[in-house]
Amino acid sequence: MKLSLKLTTLLAPVFAIIVAFGLSTIMLYLIGEDPIETFKIMYDYGKTGKSIVSILNRSVPLYISAVAVAVGFKMGLFNIGVESQYLMGALLSAALGAAVALPSFLHITLIIFVAVISSAFWAAIAGYLKVKKGVHEVISTIMLNYIGTGIIAYLLANIFFEKVELSTTAPQTDLLPETARIPSLNAFLGIEDLPNLHGFIIGAVFIGILYYWIVWKTSLGFDLRATGSSPMAAKFSGANPARLTILAMMISGAFAGFVGIAPLTGYFFKYTTDFPSGLGFAGITVALLGRNHPVGMALGAILLSFLERSAQILDLKDVPKEIEKIMQAVIVLTVVVAYEVVKRYVTNRQIKEASKVVAND
Amino acid sequence: MINFVKKHYLIILPIVFIVLIAQMDKYDQLTTSGTFGAAIRLAIPICLAGLGGMFSERTGIVNIGLEGMMIMGTWFGAWAAWLYGPWYGILAGILGGALFGLIHAVGTVTFQVDHIVSGVAINILAAGVARFLNVVAYADQPTQSSTQSPRIDGDVGDFTLPYLSGGADTPSLFGYLQDLNYPFISDIAGLLLGATSNLSYISVFALVLIPVAAWVLWSTPFGLQMRSVGELPTGSESLGVNVYLMKYIGVMISGGFAGLAGAYLVLESSGIYREGQTAGRGFIGLASMIFGNYRPFGIFMGSGLFGYADALQLRSDDAVHGLLILISLILFIFAIKQLIEKKYINSSISIALSIGFLVWFLNSETVPSEFVYFTPHLTTLIVLSSASQKLRMPQKVGQPYRKGELN
Repeated sequence: MKLSLKLTTLLAPVFAIIVAFGLSTIMLYLIGEDPIETFKIMYDYGKTGKSIVSILNRSVPLYISAVAVAVGFKMGLFNIGVESQYLMGALLSAALGAAVALPSFLHITLIIFVAVISSAFWAAIAGYLKVKKGVHEVISTIMLNYIGTGIIAYLLANIFFEKVELSTTAPQTDLLPETARIPSLNAFLGIEDLPNLHGFIIGAVFIGILYYWIVWKTSLGFDLRATGSSPMAAKFSGANPARLTILAMMISGAFAGFVGIAPLTGYFFKYTTDFPSGLGFAGITVALLGRNHPVGMALGAILLSFLERSAQILDLKDVPKEIEKIMQAVIVLTVVVAYEVVKRYVTNRQIKEASKVVAND
Repeated sequence: MINFVKKHYLIILPIVFIVLIAQMDKYDQLTTSGTFGAAIRLAIPICLAGLGGMFSERTGIVNIGLEGMMIMGTWFGAWAAWLYGPWYGILAGILGGALFGLIHAVGTVTFQVDHIVSGVAINILAAGVARFLNVVAYADQPTQSSTQSPRIDGDVGDFTLPYLSGGADTPSLFGYLQDLNYPFISDIAGLLLGATSNLSYISVFALVLIPVAAWVLWSTPFGLQMRSVGELPTGSESLGVNVYLMKYIGVMISGGFAGLAGAYLVLESSGIYREGQTAGRGFIGLASMIFGNYRPFGIFMGSGLFGYADALQLRSDDAVHGLLILISLILFIFAIKQLIEKKYINSSISIALSIGFLVWFLNSETVPSEFVYFTPHLTTLIVLSSASQKLRMPQKVGQPYRKGELN
């Protein structure tokens, strides 16, 4: 019985993926492409060794971003501000990381620490505004995204970058020294012929475990979840919702701080105007897809990265690769509906079974 | 009079300060008719989005998807306007937005998905769909790009109020008053002149919709049914109102308004569809709805404020610099108010911030362009955090409703 319930829940994402494929088949057909052929090309390209490494590298920050969003969800908070939170952390840690000389372990720890702290405090503003001023966090975090983007652009161009007359170099921070870079796993895994598999993938696994531990295994996590599902009940049990809201926002922001670490210490080594952006929004997709479950989100992140990577080949075949964006979006939309349907089905069944038990007594 | 000032000092004081600051030559852009003209053009899409939010929330559905519906409005508006002309663009924008409203309604009303989750999914979907359609629709254009449309001729002619603002070769009273350069009188004349001259017919259409929306919601049986659904759905159902249908209609009208807002942006402001051109205006619209306490004229005032901030941002960096001293003054007044209320810590923070802004004002010539860019967003945050306390929102907004259930 219990197992079959879990299986029913799993049906939702599977159903969503089928719908997404169905809809994109129709779309491809409408614009005159061969859907089967297109999916086959995508799949063939997506399963090459090079692609798999790239998919794993992409999914690391995506997964962490999803975790950051999920922490908020668990607390009943919708943190749409992961975007500016992780960029803020990445910029500040890149600037500081390039300015100091330390032994490798300390250097990397310092970079992570700075990123996490600055992201957490940037997120705290939204928590404060919600608690003290009653501003809904969706609106405040979105506005803070724009404000943060502006502040980051200003800091990058004027504070962390020496402008040279007549030079066309885009604003960027100094390169991180060797000690601040996390090595790749290729030598360790014996896959030297493939592109670099970034070492922070192990960090992502730890972050998943940390998320699970904080939310489900600590009393703080219990309070957070209780406040999320019923603020009134939590209040009567002695929790302080105002303090917890700010704290939850900060924890969510702290996780967001980890998002930029992989690109920064793995392959960018500096903060520039084309530092990967949009991960915060993609994280919302993954969190919804994986239902805030640490493993579910990992699968979701890998799925989306797979779609993104395998769509790259479509340009060469003259199929608009934007079809992948539609697939992503349809998956999210269908999955939230499907989860709701499954939830209702499961509740109905539980009620039926419970009444059967009562009737038999 | 004194009571009125006491009650509305948060609105009156900033206006008085702005007019005073505008007396300095460097900051006269703060109150010219050009700035107000730009402000009203920028306020209209925000206002439309806010009205859209109102229609949805009045029927009990939170609509965070406004931004996505607006994106659909920009894309469909641009596409139809490019093919057939501006008015078709407006129509297509409305329909595109309403279509996404329908999706939101299916999710939230029929399947009872969390409203915010569904709305965010709508935003993600709209961004993807717009990108895809843009690639497909303009594939054989020479200027093909995945993020832009070809240039669109959005000219539908414009309208200027006769006699007061000089429309149809009549004398312009407001223009005359503005040129006199008397404090206050000229500033207010500038405002009125900007708001009533060279308005395109699309703008006129949009402005007319504000009283129409108010009339529909508050003076027709249909509007009463819609509002009742957001307040007490079980009660309305017992009186024979089709609750689901009302919610569907509300969310679709909401999408239509947001779509119109998007089409307006394309046809009036930029003359081109560009990815990301909505720039959070759907959310600012939502903020103006909260600021306006879920009422059309309140929304109009709120969007006027945000439009003004946006106009300053676009027209003149100097004017934004003038706002620094405004912020400093307002913070100073806050500090005094807090001191009277014996909130000493808050008061000293306000004083410190006030001095900080004053120092910044005195030691700089302009505000960095990166900061100027987020003036409207910062304004949104500040306004919401100082004004969102005494709201009266529809009772059952955001709560799922299932037929036959007591809630």
